[in-house]
Amino acid sequence: MSTLVIGLHRGKLELKQFFRQRESVVFTLFFPIMLMFIFGSIFKNSIAPGVTFSQYFIAGMIASGLVNSGFQQLAITIPMERDFGTLKRLRGTPMPPLSYFIGKLVVVAVSITIQVALLMGFGKLFFHLHMPTSSDKWLRLVWLILLGSICSTVLGIAFSAVPKSGRGASAVVSPIVIILQFFSGVFFVFTDLPSWMQQFAALFPLKWLTQGMRSVFLPDTFAVKEATGTWESGRILIILLAWAVAGTVLAIKTFRWSNK
Amino acid sequence: MSAAISISGATKSYDEKCVLQGIDLEIQSGEIFAILGPNGAGKTTLVEILEGYRERDSGQVTVLGIDPSSASLEWRNRIGIVLQNASDAGDLTVTEVVENFAHYYTNAKPPAKVIDQVGLSDKAGSKVNTLSGGQRRRLDVALGIIGSPEILFLDEPTTGFDPEARREFWGLIRGLREEGTTILLTTHYLDEAEELADRVAVLVDGRIKEVARPSELGGRNSKGARITWSDGSGDHFEESATPTEFLRKLSVQFEGEIPNLQIKRPTLEDIYLEMIEGRA
Repeated sequence: MSTLVIGLHRGKLELKQFFRQRESVVFTLFFPIMLMFIFGSIFKNSIAPGVTFSQYFIAGMIASGLVNSGFQQLAITIPMERDFGTLKRLRGTPMPPLSYFIGKLVVVAVSITIQVALLMGFGKLFFHLHMPTSSDKWLRLVWLILLGSICSTVLGIAFSAVPKSGRGASAVVSPIVIILQFFSGVFFVFTDLPSWMQQFAALFPLKWLTQGMRSVFLPDTFAVKEATGTWESGRILIILLAWAVAGTVLAIKTFRWSNK
Repeated sequence: MSAAISISGATKSYDEKCVLQGIDLEIQSGEIFAILGPNGAGKTTLVEILEGYRERDSGQVTVLGIDPSSASLEWRNRIGIVLQNASDAGDLTVTEVVENFAHYYTNAKPPAKVIDQVGLSDKAGSKVNTLSGGQRRRLDVALGIIGSPEILFLDEPTTGFDPEARREFWGLIRGLREEGTTILLTTHYLDEAEELADRVAVLVDGRIKEVARPSELGGRNSKGARITWSDGSGDHFEESATPTEFLRKLSVQFEGEIPNLQIKRPTLEDIYLEMIEGRA
């Protein structure tokens, strides 16, 4: 049985577990909408002709949804799975570790796809957001979600080696995610941030994901307001691919099955 | 018969503490082998080395001819492990979990059959977090045997079972032996070892004190018996290495039945306690 097939079976099982934890499902899927509502209600001004803050903000919300449902979720729940003995049991079977990773990726990808659909539907209904205007942009949205899910998943798995136990994991992971969100232009207009912040954020994939999402949701005329005056789609693709590969290698190298 | 598990000179220390001080052991294929020992004797460490969870410090270990410390997924495909305390998968049903694990193995048994075999058919559609402790252990066993393992490791499988559940569980283990599975179990319960095991090893302070059939451990079969009886003057007893001979003589003093006659050999528990009391 191939690694991929077993991985998809794991994905099916993990999806069932995900959807059966009601509170967590509601929170994960509706939190971005809540934030969108709050920020959209506070900042009613336009940041450029025809570009409301909400229109700018949805890009950040989708990108940070990727970080939350992948990196943050996994870096917290995998140490818990170690505590519960889930991983010890899996280690004792012929399941390839990569199949376990694929199972996680399935959940992240499904969860983010639902979040994006909800955000876009909600945004269109209540904040009159514009949907992507060309098939090019829709295609970009798809590969951004896919690559973003992979990066977020593998980096979450890699980071899960850091917390000593499930109980302390959230305290270690959450601050990192929040700081990264501020630095990457999720909550504010990126180019308004101090340049050292911008440069620091450029080291991590979230900044590039957010920028990519802006290129999907904002008019092309807005590109001149980006740091380099263009959307840098090609560069974003390369950087995210590099993070996906590096993250996968890192995840395989650092993955721990048990709390020593 | 060939050796399913072969251990020679295995040692393991944590920090300064030496947990295993040179273990030598051969377990034959098709055998049910029990490791007995008090808490902290090193049972779990030894079993986890065999399962590939822990690395030994020195010595040679092979399980199915392969060193578990460098074992591949192909090797894992041939063994089954029943964990001592896992509490995962609460939101899934019994069938969902067992079916999922079946996908990991190349020679998996039909999930419904395994669920039936461990006596969980009534609970097949129930969520794992609604199972009782004993039912959870049955699920653990189902996950251990789903891949038709050649060797099954059971670490204290019946801890927390009521007597009836333990008897049923023993039946399940005997059934697996009939399929040819080699079974290695650790246990605190001497009646369990006596009931199930072909041979037992007593592990005390990281050393194997003895390996024997349960009926022969500690010279149990050749040890004297204690004969007790009563007559008009009260209760009497006699320790004898030749109880039959003694009884023959005793019987001539009575016209019919000897009142309150009992002949007792030392139980496995008596022998075991004697063996572990000698430790420092």
